Amino acid sequence: MNLTIFLLALFDGISYAALVFIVALGLTLIFGVMRILNVAHGSLYAIGAYVTVSLSGYFLALGFAPVFAFPLMIVSAALVGVALGGPIEWLLLRRIYDKPEVLQLLVTFAVFMILEDVQRLVWGSQPYFEARVLQALGNVTVFGVTYTVYQLILLPLVATGLLLGLRFFLRRTVIGKLILATTEDREAAQSIGIDADRVFLFTFMVGAVLAGLGGALASPTTSILPGMGADMIVLSFAVVATAGLGQIGGAAVAALMIGLGRSFAVYVWPEVAVLVPYLIMVLVLLVRPEGLFGSPVARKI
Amino acid sequence: MRDTTRHPTSDSAKPGAMPSIRAILTLLGILLLAAVPFIAPSMQLLINLALAKGLAVLGVTVLLRAGQVSFGHALFFGISAYVGAFLMASLPGADLILVLVAGVGGAVVSGLLVGLFVVRYRGIFFGMLNLAFSMIFWSILEKFYHVTGGADGIRLARPSVLGMAMERAGFEAVIFYLSIVLMVVLGWFTLRWFASPVGQIFQTIKTNETRLEYLGLSPRRVLLSGYVLSAALCGVGGSLMALTQGVVTPEYVWWVRSAEMVFIAVLGGAGSVRGAFIGALIYEVVRIYASAFAGDIWQLLLGSFLLVIILFAPGGIMGIADTLIGHRKKSGQRAATAEEAK
Repeated sequence: MNLTIFLLALFDGISYAALVFIVALGLTLIFGVMRILNVAHGSLYAIGAYVTVSLSGYFLALGFAPVFAFPLMIVSAALVGVALGGPIEWLLLRRIYDKPEVLQLLVTFAVFMILEDVQRLVWGSQPYFEARVLQALGNVTVFGVTYTVYQLILLPLVATGLLLGLRFFLRRTVIGKLILATTEDREAAQSIGIDADRVFLFTFMVGAVLAGLGGALASPTTSILPGMGADMIVLSFAVVATAGLGQIGGAAVAALMIGLGRSFAVYVWPEVAVLVPYLIMVLVLLVRPEGLFGSPVARKI
Repeated sequence: MRDTTRHPTSDSAKPGAMPSIRAILTLLGILLLAAVPFIAPSMQLLINLALAKGLAVLGVTVLLRAGQVSFGHALFFGISAYVGAFLMASLPGADLILVLVAGVGGAVVSGLLVGLFVVRYRGIFFGMLNLAFSMIFWSILEKFYHVTGGADGIRLARPSVLGMAMERAGFEAVIFYLSIVLMVVLGWFTLRWFASPVGQIFQTIKTNETRLEYLGLSPRRVLLSGYVLSAALCGVGGSLMALTQGVVTPEYVWWVRSAEMVFIAVLGGAGSVRGAFIGALIYEVVRIYASAFAGDIWQLLLGSFLLVIILFAPGGIMGIADTLIGHRKKSGQRAATAEEAK
């Protein structure tokens, strides 16, 4: 393996890890606060990508500059969060917070099945590709390796920004502290006047926006086709489980491990590249069942 | 069951009303199924596929009894089918029994290996890790196409039956009745297993696992035995499906297939053995007739229906059937007490 291939694998891994991290961040935030694993998270990611492609395809056809796609990505992510995330929490999840974990899992799984078909109904099953925005920011050359600014600089910047922003938001702002208080003890929080229902709704919408944003940012780098949601939910679960459910900072480390592991495998042994994330997860969980950064939970009897 | 011991007088009027109605209905159902090739030959293939699926659903049902749901049990379904296909490819003219035994053996061994890992987890992790394992196997099948035939899969030639080469019609009849026999035997076995000490302990994982540990028992070991049983049942279903269709594809392991199994298990009545087969039969028949006009929105319909069952009828079909029979029993009791009063 020479330097060029090493750098290519490194850059691939970093940009890929950044995308997976953004999606996993939403998943782990929702789990951390609401104790629900949202299987439909993968669909929200896919829909975010589809909406971005449709919107930017429409506006670019009208003659707007490719850079205009960036605000459209944010619009798409917000649309996914508000128009899909909101109703899902409000109409469904709210009814099942006191139900057994397995039923909660089945409910979000049912939503996932529904949304997979909704995508196919709205966008058909032919792949979409819209990469003009990828070239809009130009390229950068590092040690003779040319890579797009979008993937090498913008994606990691957004991911780091979201990580730091979310930490700041949870620890330093009033709403963030309300969320943490509700996470710690829902009843106690309600007794001091926190509207736990609104906190949950807000958290779920933020998580859904992150899924949509992951999809929006991924849309120029990959072709968008049915099944991408299923792949992403398993992959982001692998990241979240490797880190420990609910661990926000840990998810960044796990995403880097899995992203780099996968991209190096692509160059060394392409057949097994798809398996690497799961192998990493299984290996980590064999040694630390609660994930790299998770701590064992004390049992209630 | 308790009821019969507590109210001997009211039940003597209608001795063991509920079990007997159930037993008669079950027997009638089995006889009706056995008569399908004579009454409705066009339905034979469809019913056979439903029975194969029903056996796999029974595997998922077993785990539901322990309060666990697996989103990846198509893994064992597929492994068993592929073992059979590879066996037929390397040993042309191998016997049906050998194909079945090897397939189920493959499912049991892989179930033991995966099980050793996943029984450390419950709930979310249990479900998602199973999903991850099935996705791993699915990508292996897709990627190593020079061995597995990729997305096209491999053909499974017709095996001989007890040393005799069979014609198509004869072979289909053999598989059909074999499926019915396996349904009865394995269904009965699973019911007995639930009632056995191991089965009882297994179901305690759902109610209170901590107390189980305080009794000095290992929940992991018990869950593992149930997990291997469920893998074996999925394996039987997978082998029968492959033998019926004559071809195995990666679609056997695809998550949609696992989701379908969970759906049917919940539809039939979470944890009910009869429900698994009734659910599978209803599901297959509806699917065939609905695919004509609802092929595009099939998963959407499944998902919506799943939500409705979970939120409004958590007992599934068997739950609804039980309340119907229960009502009849109650009215019977009322009639009996009314007569006593006279």
